[in-house]
Amino acid sequence: MTSLLEVQGVTKRFGGLTANSEITFDANAGEIVGIIGPNGAGKSTLFDLITGFERADAGEVRLDGRRITGVRPDRICALGVGRTFQKLKPFADMTVAENVMVGALARTHRMREARDRALEALAFVDLLERRDRFARELSTGQRKRLELARALATGPRLILMDEVTGGVDQRTIPGLIELVLSLKARGLAVVLIEHNMAVMMRIADRILALHAGRRIAFGPPAEVRQDALVVDAYLGSADHAA
Amino acid sequence: MADDPTLKLEAARAQPLWPRPPAWAVALGLAAGGFLIAYPAIFPSPFSLHLMIMIFLYALMAQSWNVMAGLSGQISLGHAMFFGIGAYAASVLFAKYGVSPWIGLLVGMAISALAAAAVGLPTLRLKGHYFAIATLLIGSGVQIVFSRWEWVGAASGLYIPIERTSPWLSFQFHGAKTPYYFLALGAAALGYLLVWHLRRTRFGFRLQAVRDEPEAAASLGVAVSGHKVLAFMLSGAMMSAAGTFYAQYVLVLDPERLFSLDISILVLLMTVLGGSGTLWGPALGAAILVPLSEYSRIWFGGTGRTVDLIVYGILIVLICMFRPRGLLSLIEDRLRRREGERA
Repeated sequence: MTSLLEVQGVTKRFGGLTANSEITFDANAGEIVGIIGPNGAGKSTLFDLITGFERADAGEVRLDGRRITGVRPDRICALGVGRTFQKLKPFADMTVAENVMVGALARTHRMREARDRALEALAFVDLLERRDRFARELSTGQRKRLELARALATGPRLILMDEVTGGVDQRTIPGLIELVLSLKARGLAVVLIEHNMAVMMRIADRILALHAGRRIAFGPPAEVRQDALVVDAYLGSADHAA
Repeated sequence: MADDPTLKLEAARAQPLWPRPPAWAVALGLAAGGFLIAYPAIFPSPFSLHLMIMIFLYALMAQSWNVMAGLSGQISLGHAMFFGIGAYAASVLFAKYGVSPWIGLLVGMAISALAAAAVGLPTLRLKGHYFAIATLLIGSGVQIVFSRWEWVGAASGLYIPIERTSPWLSFQFHGAKTPYYFLALGAAALGYLLVWHLRRTRFGFRLQAVRDEPEAAASLGVAVSGHKVLAFMLSGAMMSAAGTFYAQYVLVLDPERLFSLDISILVLLMTVLGGSGTLWGPALGAAILVPLSEYSRIWFGGTGRTVDLIVYGILIVLICMFRPRGLLSLIEDRLRRREGERA
Protein backbone atom coordinates (compact mmCIF):
# COMPACT_ATOMS: atom_id res chain seq x y z
CA MET A 1 0.00 0.00 0.00
CA THR A 2 1.36 3.42 -0.88
CA SER A 3 1.08 6.24 1.63
CA LEU A 4 -0.91 9.41 0.94
CA LEU A 5 2.27 11.47 1.08
CA GLU A 6 5.60 10.05 0.00
CA VAL A 7 8.75 12.13 0.11
CA GLN A 8 11.63 10.40 -1.61
CA GLY A 9 15.19 11.61 -1.24
CA VAL A 10 14.45 15.33 -1.65
CA THR A 11 17.39 17.71 -1.68
CA LYS A 12 17.34 21.49 -1.67
CA ARG A 13 20.36 23.73 -1.85
CA PHE A 14 20.42 27.49 -1.38
CA GLY A 15 23.77 28.54 -2.76
CA GLY A 16 26.37 26.70 -0.69
CA LEU A 17 23.89 25.72 2.00
CA THR A 18 22.12 22.38 1.78
CA ALA A 19 18.79 22.96 3.54
CA ASN A 20 17.46 19.48 2.84
CA SER A 21 19.67 16.53 1.97
CA GLU A 22 18.06 13.36 0.60
CA ILE A 23 15.13 13.33 2.99
CA THR A 24 12.73 10.41 2.79
CA PHE A 25 9.56 9.98 4.81
CA ASP A 26 5.87 9.30 4.35
CA ALA A 27 2.51 10.02 6.00
CA ASN A 28 -0.72 8.02 5.90
CA ALA A 29 -4.32 9.10 6.12
CA GLY A 30 -5.40 9.24 9.78
CA GLU A 31 -1.84 9.59 10.97
CA ILE A 32 0.07 12.39 12.70
CA VAL A 33 3.68 12.73 11.64
CA GLY A 34 5.75 15.18 13.67
CA ILE A 35 8.90 16.88 12.44
CA ILE A 36 11.46 17.91 15.03
CA GLY A 37 14.87 19.46 14.83
CA PRO A 38 16.75 22.55 16.01
CA ASN A 39 16.39 25.89 14.21
CA GLY A 40 17.88 25.70 10.76
CA ALA A 41 17.43 21.92 10.53
CA GLY A 42 15.39 22.39 7.34
CA LYS A 43 11.85 21.78 8.63
CA SER A 44 10.14 24.73 6.97
CA THR A 45 12.09 24.19 3.74
CA LEU A 46 10.72 20.66 3.67
CA PHE A 47 7.19 22.09 3.91
CA ASP A 48 7.94 24.49 1.07
CA LEU A 49 9.17 21.60 -1.09
CA ILE A 50 6.03 19.56 -0.44
CA THR A 51 3.65 22.48 -1.11
CA GLY A 52 5.40 23.77 -4.22
CA PHE A 53 6.80 27.02 -2.82
CA GLU A 54 10.32 25.74 -3.47
CA ARG A 55 11.50 23.37 -6.14
CA ALA A 56 13.59 20.37 -5.11
CA ASP A 57 17.03 20.01 -6.71
CA ALA A 58 16.70 16.24 -6.47
CA GLY A 59 14.23 13.63 -5.28
CA GLU A 60 10.47 13.70 -5.57
CA VAL A 61 7.24 14.22 -3.68
CA ARG A 62 4.21 12.03 -4.42
CA LEU A 63 0.63 12.51 -3.34
CA ASP A 64 -1.47 9.39 -3.62
CA GLY A 65 1.17 7.96 -5.94
CA ARG A 66 1.08 11.01 -8.21
CA ARG A 67 4.29 12.99 -8.60
CA ILE A 68 3.79 16.62 -7.49
CA THR A 69 7.38 17.83 -7.59
CA GLY A 70 7.56 21.15 -9.45
CA VAL A 71 3.78 21.68 -9.42
CA ARG A 72 2.62 25.23 -8.53
CA PRO A 73 1.35 25.85 -4.96
CA ASP A 74 -2.22 26.66 -6.09
CA ARG A 75 -2.38 23.39 -8.07
CA ILE A 76 -1.10 21.46 -5.07
CA CYS A 77 -3.86 23.01 -2.98
CA ALA A 78 -6.37 21.87 -5.57
CA LEU A 79 -4.98 18.34 -5.23
CA GLY A 80 -5.86 18.33 -1.54
CA VAL A 81 -2.90 19.69 0.41
CA GLY A 82 -3.42 22.44 2.99
CA ARG A 83 -0.77 24.24 5.01
CA THR A 84 -0.19 26.89 7.63
CA PHE A 85 2.85 29.13 7.85
CA GLN A 86 5.37 29.57 10.64
CA LYS A 87 5.21 33.31 10.12
CA LEU A 88 1.44 33.81 10.20
CA LYS A 89 -0.10 35.28 7.08
CA PRO A 90 -3.67 36.41 7.78
CA PHE A 91 -5.42 38.54 5.15
CA ALA A 92 -5.32 41.51 7.50
CA ASP A 93 -7.84 43.77 5.77
CA MET A 94 -10.47 41.07 5.37
CA THR A 95 -12.78 39.83 8.09
CA VAL A 96 -12.23 36.49 9.75
CA ALA A 97 -15.14 34.94 7.83
CA GLU A 98 -13.86 36.41 4.55
CA ASN A 99 -10.39 34.98 5.23
CA VAL A 100 -11.80 31.49 5.52
CA MET A 101 -14.10 32.02 2.54
CA VAL A 102 -10.99 32.49 0.39
CA GLY A 103 -10.02 28.95 1.39
CA ALA A 104 -13.51 27.60 0.74
CA LEU A 105 -13.53 29.23 -2.71
CA ALA A 106 -10.87 26.74 -3.76
CA ARG A 107 -13.67 24.16 -3.77
CA THR A 108 -16.73 26.13 -4.83
CA HIS A 109 -17.62 29.08 -7.04
CA ARG A 110 -20.72 29.98 -5.07
CA MET A 111 -20.35 32.64 -2.40
CA ARG A 112 -23.21 31.34 -0.25
CA GLU A 113 -21.74 27.86 -0.18
CA ALA A 114 -18.28 29.30 0.53
CA ARG A 115 -19.66 31.20 3.51
CA ASP A 116 -21.40 28.10 4.88
CA ARG A 117 -18.21 26.07 4.59
CA ALA A 118 -16.24 28.91 6.17
CA LEU A 119 -18.63 29.13 9.12
CA GLU A 120 -18.30 25.38 9.67
CA ALA A 121 -14.51 25.60 9.66
CA LEU A 122 -14.68 28.57 12.06
CA ALA A 123 -16.95 26.65 14.40
CA PHE A 124 -14.49 23.76 14.27
CA VAL A 125 -11.58 25.94 15.43
CA ASP A 126 -13.84 27.83 17.86
CA LEU A 127 -13.57 31.21 16.15
CA LEU A 128 -17.21 31.52 15.10
CA GLU A 129 -17.86 34.39 17.51
CA ARG A 130 -15.04 36.40 15.94
CA ARG A 131 -16.27 35.96 12.36
CA ASP A 132 -16.94 39.64 11.62
CA ARG A 133 -13.75 40.96 13.18
CA PHE A 134 -10.92 42.00 10.92
CA ALA A 135 -8.12 39.46 10.92
CA ARG A 136 -5.68 42.10 12.12
CA GLU A 137 -7.65 42.39 15.37
CA LEU A 138 -6.99 38.78 16.44
CA SER A 139 -4.44 37.57 18.99
CA THR A 140 -1.60 35.27 17.93
CA GLY A 141 -3.41 32.16 19.15
CA GLN A 142 -6.56 33.18 17.32
CA ARG A 143 -4.57 33.87 14.16
CA LYS A 144 -3.12 30.36 14.31
CA ARG A 145 -6.61 28.94 14.51
CA LEU A 146 -7.70 31.22 11.67
CA GLU A 147 -4.90 29.88 9.45
CA LEU A 148 -5.94 26.37 10.30
CA ALA A 149 -9.61 27.09 9.51
CA ARG A 150 -8.63 28.68 6.21
CA ALA A 151 -6.52 25.67 5.20
CA LEU A 152 -9.24 23.25 6.31
CA ALA A 153 -11.86 25.09 4.26
CA THR A 154 -9.97 24.05 1.12
CA GLY A 155 -11.01 20.46 1.96
CA PRO A 156 -7.51 18.94 2.22
CA ARG A 157 -6.62 15.26 2.61
CA LEU A 158 -3.19 16.23 3.91
CA ILE A 159 -2.48 19.18 6.15
CA LEU A 160 0.94 20.59 7.03
CA MET A 161 1.04 22.69 10.18
CA ASP A 162 4.07 24.80 11.01
CA GLU A 163 4.62 25.42 14.76
CA VAL A 164 1.22 24.70 16.17
CA THR A 165 1.87 25.77 19.74
CA GLY A 166 4.76 28.20 19.23
CA GLY A 167 4.18 31.69 20.63
CA VAL A 168 0.67 31.06 21.93
CA ASP A 169 -0.73 31.43 25.43
CA GLN A 170 0.02 28.27 27.44
CA ARG A 171 -3.65 27.90 28.37
CA THR A 172 -4.71 27.52 24.75
CA ILE A 173 -2.33 24.63 24.04
CA PRO A 174 -4.70 21.82 25.17
CA GLY A 175 -7.37 23.19 22.82
CA LEU A 176 -4.95 23.24 19.89
CA ILE A 177 -3.91 19.66 20.63
CA GLU A 178 -7.56 18.62 20.65
CA LEU A 179 -7.94 20.19 17.22
CA VAL A 180 -4.99 18.29 15.77
CA LEU A 181 -6.27 15.01 17.21
CA SER A 182 -9.74 15.56 15.78
CA LEU A 183 -8.20 16.14 12.32
CA LYS A 184 -6.55 12.76 12.63
CA ALA A 185 -9.88 11.29 13.72
CA ARG A 186 -11.46 12.74 10.57
CA GLY A 187 -8.97 10.73 8.53
CA LEU A 188 -6.64 13.51 7.44
CA ALA A 189 -2.94 12.97 7.21
CA VAL A 190 -1.37 15.56 9.52
CA VAL A 191 2.27 16.60 9.29
CA LEU A 192 3.33 19.07 11.93
CA ILE A 193 6.40 20.95 12.95
CA GLU A 194 6.51 21.40 16.70
CA HIS A 195 9.09 22.49 19.24
CA ASN A 196 7.16 21.41 22.29
CA MET A 197 8.58 17.90 22.77
CA ALA A 198 6.10 16.91 25.45
CA VAL A 199 3.24 17.62 23.03
CA MET A 200 5.00 15.90 20.18
CA MET A 201 5.78 12.70 22.08
CA ARG A 202 2.16 12.46 23.14
CA ILE A 203 0.29 13.04 19.89
CA ALA A 204 2.60 12.00 17.03
CA ASP A 205 2.31 8.51 15.57
CA ARG A 206 5.70 8.83 13.95
CA ILE A 207 8.41 11.41 14.29
CA LEU A 208 10.89 12.63 11.70
CA ALA A 209 14.01 14.11 13.30
CA LEU A 210 16.12 16.47 11.19
CA HIS A 211 19.53 17.91 11.88
CA ALA A 212 21.47 20.22 9.58
CA GLY A 213 19.24 19.28 6.68
CA ARG A 214 19.60 15.53 7.15
CA ARG A 215 17.20 12.92 8.44
CA ILE A 216 18.66 11.45 11.61
CA ALA A 217 15.67 9.36 12.68
CA PHE A 218 12.16 8.44 11.54
CA GLY A 219 9.85 6.20 13.55
CA PRO A 220 7.49 5.95 16.53
CA PRO A 221 8.10 8.49 19.34
CA ALA A 222 9.45 5.93 21.80
CA GLU A 223 12.05 4.78 19.27
CA VAL A 224 13.08 8.28 18.26
CA ARG A 225 13.42 9.34 21.87
CA GLN A 226 16.00 6.56 22.45
CA ASP A 227 17.92 7.35 19.27
CA ALA A 228 21.47 8.33 20.14
CA LEU A 229 21.73 10.78 17.27
CA VAL A 230 18.54 12.56 18.29
CA VAL A 231 19.59 12.77 21.92
CA ASP A 232 22.91 14.16 20.82
CA ALA A 233 21.66 16.63 18.28
CA TYR A 234 18.55 17.87 19.94
CA LEU A 235 17.25 16.54 23.22
CA GLY A 236 20.60 16.39 24.98
CA SER A 237 22.02 19.75 24.01
CA ALA A 238 19.19 22.24 24.28
CA ASP A 239 16.87 20.16 26.48
CA HIS A 240 13.60 21.12 24.82
CA ALA A 241 11.91 18.27 26.67
CA ALA A 242 11.65 20.34 29.82
CA MET B 1 -29.51 26.97 25.16
CA ALA B 2 -27.59 29.89 23.75
CA ASP B 3 -24.25 28.18 24.31
CA ASP B 4 -25.01 25.17 22.15
CA PRO B 5 -22.36 25.21 19.38
CA THR B 6 -24.75 23.74 16.81
CA LEU B 7 -27.29 26.46 17.50
CA LYS B 8 -24.61 29.12 17.19
CA LEU B 9 -23.58 27.73 13.84
CA GLU B 10 -27.20 27.64 12.69
CA ALA B 11 -27.66 31.26 13.80
CA ALA B 12 -24.53 32.31 11.90
CA ARG B 13 -25.73 30.50 8.79
CA ALA B 14 -29.10 32.17 8.97
CA GLN B 15 -27.47 35.59 8.61
CA PRO B 16 -27.61 37.19 5.18
CA LEU B 17 -24.57 36.60 3.00
CA TRP B 18 -23.70 40.30 3.04
CA PRO B 19 -24.28 42.73 5.92
CA ARG B 20 -27.13 45.15 5.24
CA PRO B 21 -26.01 48.77 4.96
CA PRO B 22 -27.10 50.85 7.96
CA ALA B 23 -30.03 53.23 7.46
CA TRP B 24 -27.83 56.33 7.57
CA ALA B 25 -25.70 55.00 4.70
CA VAL B 26 -28.78 54.30 2.57
CA ALA B 27 -30.15 57.77 3.32
CA LEU B 28 -26.82 59.37 2.52
CA GLY B 29 -26.58 57.45 -0.75
CA LEU B 30 -30.07 58.44 -1.85
CA ALA B 31 -29.48 62.07 -0.94
CA ALA B 32 -26.17 62.14 -2.83
CA GLY B 33 -27.75 60.46 -5.86
CA GLY B 34 -30.63 62.94 -5.90
CA PHE B 35 -28.26 65.86 -5.56
CA LEU B 36 -26.08 64.68 -8.45
CA ILE B 37 -29.11 64.28 -10.72
CA ALA B 38 -30.49 67.71 -9.80
CA TYR B 39 -27.08 69.41 -9.92
CA PRO B 40 -27.19 70.66 -13.55
CA ALA B 41 -30.54 72.33 -12.83
CA ILE B 42 -29.22 74.01 -9.67
CA PHE B 43 -25.76 74.98 -10.96
CA PRO B 44 -26.12 75.40 -14.74
CA SER B 45 -22.97 77.48 -15.28
CA PRO B 46 -20.41 75.92 -17.65
CA PHE B 47 -17.71 76.02 -15.00
CA SER B 48 -19.72 74.25 -12.31
CA LEU B 49 -20.66 71.55 -14.83
CA HIS B 50 -17.06 71.27 -16.03
CA LEU B 51 -15.88 70.86 -12.45
CA MET B 52 -18.25 67.95 -11.84
CA ILE B 53 -17.45 66.32 -15.20
CA MET B 54 -13.77 66.31 -14.25
CA ILE B 55 -14.58 64.93 -10.79
CA PHE B 56 -16.58 62.08 -12.32
CA LEU B 57 -13.86 61.25 -14.83
CA TYR B 58 -11.13 61.33 -12.22
CA ALA B 59 -13.27 59.32 -9.81
CA LEU B 60 -13.52 56.64 -12.49
CA MET B 61 -9.79 56.83 -13.24
CA ALA B 62 -8.84 56.64 -9.57
CA GLN B 63 -11.18 53.68 -9.13
CA SER B 64 -9.48 51.92 -12.02
CA TRP B 65 -6.13 52.47 -10.29
CA ASN B 66 -7.71 51.22 -7.08
CA VAL B 67 -8.64 47.92 -8.74
CA MET B 68 -4.95 47.34 -9.25
CA ALA B 69 -3.48 48.80 -6.06
CA GLY B 70 -6.33 48.59 -3.58
CA LEU B 71 -7.63 45.17 -4.59
CA SER B 72 -4.58 43.32 -5.80
CA GLY B 73 -1.78 45.30 -4.17
CA GLN B 74 0.21 46.28 -7.26
CA ILE B 75 1.36 49.88 -7.70
CA SER B 76 1.15 51.06 -11.30
CA LEU B 77 2.95 54.29 -12.17
CA GLY B 78 1.99 54.18 -15.83
CA HIS B 79 -1.79 54.27 -15.82
CA ALA B 80 -1.85 57.31 -18.11
CA MET B 81 -0.92 54.98 -20.98
CA PHE B 82 -4.37 53.39 -20.86
CA PHE B 83 -6.01 56.81 -20.62
CA GLY B 84 -4.16 57.84 -23.76
CA ILE B 85 -4.88 54.59 -25.58
CA GLY B 86 -8.60 55.02 -24.88
CA ALA B 87 -8.52 58.60 -26.10
CA TYR B 88 -6.58 57.79 -29.27
CA ALA B 89 -8.39 54.57 -30.19
CA ALA B 90 -11.83 56.15 -30.27
CA SER B 91 -10.75 59.48 -31.75
CA VAL B 92 -8.55 58.07 -34.50
CA LEU B 93 -11.25 55.62 -35.54
CA PHE B 94 -13.75 58.48 -35.66
CA ALA B 95 -11.51 61.05 -37.36
CA LYS B 96 -10.10 58.69 -40.00
CA TYR B 97 -12.87 56.15 -40.57
CA GLY B 98 -16.00 57.77 -39.19
CA VAL B 99 -16.52 54.96 -36.67
CA SER B 100 -18.80 55.96 -33.78
CA PRO B 101 -16.81 56.69 -30.60
CA TRP B 102 -19.09 54.21 -28.82
CA ILE B 103 -17.48 51.44 -30.88
CA GLY B 104 -14.14 53.16 -30.36
CA LEU B 105 -14.75 53.03 -26.63
CA LEU B 106 -14.92 49.23 -26.76
CA VAL B 107 -11.96 48.97 -29.14
CA GLY B 108 -9.89 51.16 -26.82
CA MET B 109 -10.83 49.03 -23.83
CA ALA B 110 -9.84 45.87 -25.69
CA ILE B 111 -6.50 47.34 -26.80
CA SER B 112 -5.82 48.56 -23.26
CA ALA B 113 -6.59 45.16 -21.79
CA LEU B 114 -4.21 43.54 -24.29
CA ALA B 115 -1.53 46.13 -23.54
CA ALA B 116 -2.02 45.45 -19.82
CA ALA B 117 -1.56 41.72 -20.44
CA ALA B 118 1.58 42.38 -22.48
CA VAL B 119 3.06 44.55 -19.72
CA GLY B 120 1.74 42.46 -16.85
CA LEU B 121 2.63 38.93 -17.94
CA PRO B 122 6.41 39.40 -17.67
CA THR B 123 6.45 41.97 -14.83
CA LEU B 124 3.74 40.83 -12.43
CA ARG B 125 5.57 37.58 -11.68
CA LEU B 126 8.34 39.58 -10.08
CA LYS B 127 8.14 40.52 -6.43
CA GLY B 128 8.91 43.95 -5.05
CA HIS B 129 8.99 47.18 -6.98
CA TYR B 130 9.69 45.86 -10.46
CA PHE B 131 6.12 46.30 -11.59
CA ALA B 132 6.02 49.94 -10.46
CA ILE B 133 9.33 50.69 -12.21
CA ALA B 134 8.31 48.83 -15.37
CA THR B 135 4.98 50.65 -15.67
CA LEU B 136 6.69 54.00 -15.07
CA LEU B 137 9.18 53.38 -17.89
CA ILE B 138 6.74 51.76 -20.31
CA GLY B 139 4.28 54.60 -19.66
CA SER B 140 6.80 57.22 -20.74
CA GLY B 141 7.88 55.02 -23.63
CA VAL B 142 4.32 54.91 -24.95
CA GLN B 143 4.09 58.70 -24.68
CA ILE B 144 7.24 59.07 -26.80
CA VAL B 145 5.87 56.67 -29.41
CA PHE B 146 2.66 58.68 -29.76
CA SER B 147 4.56 61.98 -29.88
CA ARG B 148 6.58 60.71 -32.87
CA TRP B 149 3.86 58.79 -34.68
CA GLU B 150 3.04 60.84 -37.80
CA TRP B 151 -0.12 58.89 -38.67
CA VAL B 152 -1.80 60.06 -35.46
CA GLY B 153 -0.45 63.61 -35.67
CA ALA B 154 2.82 63.13 -33.76
CA ALA B 155 3.56 65.81 -31.15
CA SER B 156 0.92 68.26 -32.35
CA GLY B 157 -1.78 65.64 -31.89
CA LEU B 158 -5.11 65.44 -33.61
CA TYR B 159 -8.29 67.48 -33.72
CA ILE B 160 -11.50 65.53 -33.66
CA PRO B 161 -13.68 66.73 -36.56
CA ILE B 162 -16.86 68.55 -35.57
CA GLU B 163 -19.97 66.53 -36.27
CA ARG B 164 -23.38 68.10 -35.76
CA THR B 165 -25.90 65.70 -37.30
CA SER B 166 -26.20 63.00 -34.65
CA PRO B 167 -24.79 64.16 -31.31
CA TRP B 168 -25.47 60.94 -29.38
CA LEU B 169 -23.94 58.71 -32.05
CA SER B 170 -20.88 60.88 -32.58
CA PHE B 171 -20.61 61.70 -28.90
CA GLN B 172 -20.40 65.47 -29.42
CA PHE B 173 -22.58 68.08 -27.82
CA HIS B 174 -20.45 71.20 -28.37
CA GLY B 175 -21.79 74.14 -26.38
CA ALA B 176 -24.02 72.00 -24.20
CA LYS B 177 -22.31 70.57 -21.12
CA THR B 178 -25.30 68.85 -19.52
CA PRO B 179 -25.16 65.75 -21.79
CA TYR B 180 -21.45 65.38 -20.99
CA TYR B 181 -22.32 65.75 -17.33
CA PHE B 182 -24.74 62.84 -17.41
CA LEU B 183 -22.48 60.70 -19.60
CA ALA B 184 -19.58 61.19 -17.20
CA LEU B 185 -21.84 60.54 -14.21
CA GLY B 186 -23.16 57.38 -15.87
CA ALA B 187 -19.67 56.14 -16.73
CA ALA B 188 -18.45 56.70 -13.18
CA ALA B 189 -21.58 55.10 -11.72
CA LEU B 190 -21.11 52.03 -13.93
CA GLY B 191 -17.46 51.77 -12.92
CA TYR B 192 -18.32 51.95 -9.22
CA LEU B 193 -21.16 49.45 -9.61
CA LEU B 194 -18.77 47.07 -11.32
CA VAL B 195 -16.17 47.33 -8.57
CA TRP B 196 -18.83 47.09 -5.85
CA HIS B 197 -19.96 43.83 -7.42
CA LEU B 198 -16.40 42.64 -8.03
CA ARG B 199 -15.58 42.91 -4.33
CA ARG B 200 -18.32 40.40 -3.62
CA THR B 201 -17.25 37.82 -6.18
CA ARG B 202 -14.84 34.90 -5.93
CA PHE B 203 -12.41 36.81 -8.15
CA GLY B 204 -12.60 39.91 -5.92
CA PHE B 205 -12.05 37.87 -2.76
CA ARG B 206 -9.06 36.17 -4.29
CA LEU B 207 -7.60 39.50 -5.42
CA GLN B 208 -7.83 40.87 -1.90
CA ALA B 209 -6.12 37.73 -0.62
CA VAL B 210 -3.31 38.23 -3.14
CA ARG B 211 -3.00 41.85 -1.99
CA ASP B 212 -2.70 40.98 1.71
CA GLU B 213 -0.59 37.79 1.59
CA PRO B 214 0.32 36.36 -1.82
CA GLU B 215 1.91 33.19 -0.42
CA ALA B 216 -1.06 32.39 1.78
CA ALA B 217 -3.34 33.02 -1.21
CA ALA B 218 -1.31 30.56 -3.30
CA SER B 219 -1.56 27.95 -0.54
CA LEU B 220 -5.35 28.37 -0.75
CA GLY B 221 -5.49 27.62 -4.45
CA VAL B 222 -5.15 31.10 -5.96
CA ALA B 223 -3.02 31.39 -9.12
CA VAL B 224 -1.30 34.56 -7.93
CA SER B 225 0.30 36.04 -11.03
CA GLY B 226 -2.65 35.08 -13.23
CA HIS B 227 -4.99 36.99 -10.92
CA LYS B 228 -2.74 40.05 -10.92
CA VAL B 229 -2.63 40.06 -14.72
CA LEU B 230 -6.43 39.79 -14.96
CA ALA B 231 -6.84 42.64 -12.48
CA PHE B 232 -4.41 44.78 -14.49
CA MET B 233 -6.36 44.07 -17.69
CA LEU B 234 -9.62 45.08 -16.04
CA SER B 235 -8.00 48.16 -14.53
CA GLY B 236 -6.51 49.19 -17.87
CA ALA B 237 -9.85 48.78 -19.65
CA MET B 238 -11.60 51.01 -17.07
CA MET B 239 -8.92 53.68 -17.39
CA SER B 240 -9.23 53.48 -21.16
CA ALA B 241 -12.98 54.17 -21.00
CA ALA B 242 -12.27 57.38 -19.07
CA GLY B 243 -9.76 58.35 -21.76
CA THR B 244 -12.34 57.91 -24.52
CA PHE B 245 -14.85 60.09 -22.65
CA TYR B 246 -12.25 62.76 -21.99
CA ALA B 247 -11.15 62.97 -25.64
CA GLN B 248 -14.74 63.35 -26.86
CA TYR B 249 -15.20 66.06 -24.25
CA VAL B 250 -12.18 68.21 -25.15
CA LEU B 251 -12.17 67.19 -28.86
CA VAL B 252 -8.41 67.36 -29.14
CA LEU B 253 -5.69 64.75 -28.79
CA ASP B 254 -2.53 66.02 -27.20
CA PRO B 255 0.04 63.28 -26.43
CA GLU B 256 1.82 65.57 -24.00
CA ARG B 257 -1.29 65.81 -21.83
CA LEU B 258 -3.02 62.47 -22.39
CA PHE B 259 0.00 60.33 -21.56
CA SER B 260 1.43 62.65 -18.91
CA LEU B 261 2.95 61.28 -15.73
CA ASP B 262 0.77 63.80 -13.87
CA ILE B 263 -2.27 61.67 -14.62
CA SER B 264 -0.60 58.49 -13.39
CA ILE B 265 0.42 60.23 -10.18
CA LEU B 266 -2.90 62.02 -9.66
CA VAL B 267 -4.95 58.82 -9.72
CA LEU B 268 -2.54 57.40 -7.15
CA LEU B 269 -2.81 60.49 -4.92
CA MET B 270 -6.61 60.54 -5.08
CA THR B 271 -6.89 56.88 -4.17
CA VAL B 272 -4.39 57.03 -1.34
CA LEU B 273 -5.96 60.22 0.01
CA GLY B 274 -9.49 58.83 0.00
CA GLY B 275 -8.54 55.32 1.04
CA SER B 276 -6.86 52.69 -1.08
CA GLY B 277 -8.83 49.45 -1.19
CA THR B 278 -12.09 51.10 -0.15
CA LEU B 279 -14.98 51.49 -2.58
CA TRP B 280 -15.63 55.21 -2.14
CA GLY B 281 -12.11 56.38 -1.29
CA PRO B 282 -11.13 57.13 -4.91
CA ALA B 283 -14.30 59.21 -5.41
CA LEU B 284 -13.65 61.17 -2.23
CA GLY B 285 -10.05 61.78 -3.31
CA ALA B 286 -11.21 63.01 -6.72
CA ALA B 287 -13.84 65.26 -5.12
CA ILE B 288 -11.09 66.92 -3.05
CA LEU B 289 -8.21 67.11 -5.52
CA VAL B 290 -10.03 68.07 -8.76
CA PRO B 291 -11.51 71.32 -7.33
CA LEU B 292 -8.14 72.05 -5.73
CA SER B 293 -6.40 71.89 -9.07
CA GLU B 294 -9.17 73.71 -11.00
CA TYR B 295 -9.41 76.56 -8.48
CA SER B 296 -5.68 76.97 -8.07
CA ARG B 297 -5.50 77.36 -11.86
CA ILE B 298 -8.13 80.11 -11.65
CA TRP B 299 -6.66 81.91 -8.66
CA PHE B 300 -3.02 81.71 -9.58
CA GLY B 301 -3.25 81.52 -13.37
CA GLY B 302 -0.44 79.67 -15.14
CA THR B 303 1.63 79.46 -11.98
CA GLY B 304 -1.22 77.64 -10.23
CA ARG B 305 0.09 74.33 -11.53
CA THR B 306 2.89 74.39 -9.03
CA VAL B 307 0.68 75.57 -6.18
CA ASP B 308 -1.62 72.56 -6.43
CA LEU B 309 1.40 70.24 -6.48
CA ILE B 310 2.65 71.80 -3.24
CA VAL B 311 -0.76 71.28 -1.65
CA TYR B 312 -0.85 67.66 -2.90
CA GLY B 313 2.53 67.11 -1.28
CA ILE B 314 1.33 68.50 2.04
CA LEU B 315 -1.85 66.40 1.89
CA ILE B 316 0.10 63.21 1.28
CA VAL B 317 2.40 63.90 4.21
CA LEU B 318 -0.60 64.54 6.46
CA ILE B 319 -2.33 61.35 5.28
CA CYS B 320 0.79 59.27 5.88
CA MET B 321 1.12 60.71 9.37
CA PHE B 322 -2.46 60.59 10.58
CA ARG B 323 -4.57 58.27 8.43
CA PRO B 324 -2.29 55.96 6.45
CA ARG B 325 -5.27 53.94 5.28
CA GLY B 326 -7.02 56.98 3.82
CA LEU B 327 -9.79 59.31 4.93
CA LEU B 328 -12.52 56.72 4.48
CA SER B 329 -10.86 53.88 6.36
CA LEU B 330 -12.77 54.47 9.59
CA ILE B 331 -16.24 54.51 8.06
CA GLU B 332 -15.67 51.55 5.74
CA ASP B 333 -14.49 49.36 8.58
CA ARG B 334 -17.79 49.99 10.28
CA LEU B 335 -19.89 49.44 7.18
CA ARG B 336 -18.41 46.03 6.54
CA ARG B 337 -19.13 44.84 10.04
CA ARG B 338 -22.47 43.41 10.90
CA GLU B 339 -24.91 44.79 13.42
CA GLY B 340 -24.00 43.86 16.96
CA GLU B 341 -20.35 43.45 16.07
CA ARG B 342 -19.92 47.16 16.08
CA ALA B 343 -18.05 47.88 19.26
